[in-house]
Amino acid sequence: MSEISKEKEQRRKQLALGLLFGLLFGFFLQKGGVGKYHVLIGQLLLEDFTVVKIMLTAILTGMIGAFWMVRKGWVELHIKPTRIAANSVGGLIFGAGFALSAYCPGTNAAALGQGNFDALLVAFGMIAGSYLYAEWNPGFKKGFFSRGDLGKVTIPEMMKVGRWPFIAVFAVLLAVILGVIDHFAVR
Amino acid sequence: MNDSLTVLLAQSANISSLDYPGPAWSPYLVGFLIGVLSWLTLLLSKDTLGASSSYAAISGALGKLFAKRHTLSLPYFKDNPPKVSWGLMLFIGIIPGAFIAAYTGNELTGRWLPAMWEARFGADSHGLRAVTAVSGGILMAIGARLAGGCTSGHGISGTLQLSVGSWIAAIGFFLGGIPVAMLLFRS
Repeated sequence: MSEISKEKEQRRKQLALGLLFGLLFGFFLQKGGVGKYHVLIGQLLLEDFTVVKIMLTAILTGMIGAFWMVRKGWVELHIKPTRIAANSVGGLIFGAGFALSAYCPGTNAAALGQGNFDALLVAFGMIAGSYLYAEWNPGFKKGFFSRGDLGKVTIPEMMKVGRWPFIAVFAVLLAVILGVIDHFAVR
Repeated sequence: MNDSLTVLLAQSANISSLDYPGPAWSPYLVGFLIGVLSWLTLLLSKDTLGASSSYAAISGALGKLFAKRHTLSLPYFKDNPPKVSWGLMLFIGIIPGAFIAAYTGNELTGRWLPAMWEARFGADSHGLRAVTAVSGGILMAIGARLAGGCTSGHGISGTLQLSVGSWIAAIGFFLGGIPVAMLLFRS
């Protein structure tokens, strides 16, 4: 096989794998109840803690496995640059939109899959909003959104502590938070 | 006072997300499975779970269809040319994945207005739902592009890799979302 056809074959394999991972992700999201309007809005009303339970358990599990694989030399971290102004302002704007729609980008696809047709309108808004953003083009090199540009940095690096001691302490902290939520939250 | 307004005000205190069915599976199981999925995407695809950039890719592809030269002149689409990528396939896979999950769990909804929304805003509130869904989508897209990711890309993938910016963004999602959700359902 030539180099080019091998490359094409590899690309096709990755696209198929992406689809398979997406199927699993969508399946898990729906089974986790986060395609449901009332579960998502219930989290923002601080009544239903399903979303936070799923997220913190995924973070706890994912963190230990990901850093273990990094240590083994099997994978590299894939993190985005930290830009404090853009992360926080963008995060707040995203949150306001999240409450209005109740579906976030990933769970919106899950909501659509389970038959919540209003997810189509959220998708339309997301597509239009993406274009508006491209028109706006705020830029991160200068101006307000360049503030607090720390590059690709992890919490233990920023705190100048060892990676594994931090992970150990943080894993316990996440487990304790999950335990407290489980004890006090109705759902 | 207008009768329907009286009813609405009386209802606002009573409508609870907990009156509607919760997740089919334990959130801890689902969180664990999504954590394992994040190991597999890192290991086999050298990539991470995310969703928001797929809407931007679809937006760019549609823009190319209707205004090719203008769309390709926008810096965002120059830096992120819309194409069929691993991430887009993952996003597309979520929809049938959630459908299969809902179908096997007898949870297909097939409705334009979520039940809890309808209890709050009435059975004839399609217009209001369209406004919140579309504007929510627009805000989420702008916020996600500014922050560099959404509830999946930052909220799960970035946080589990302990990225500083992802934790800032993820906290922002909730700080931005809680007051807006309270305004919608508790005012």
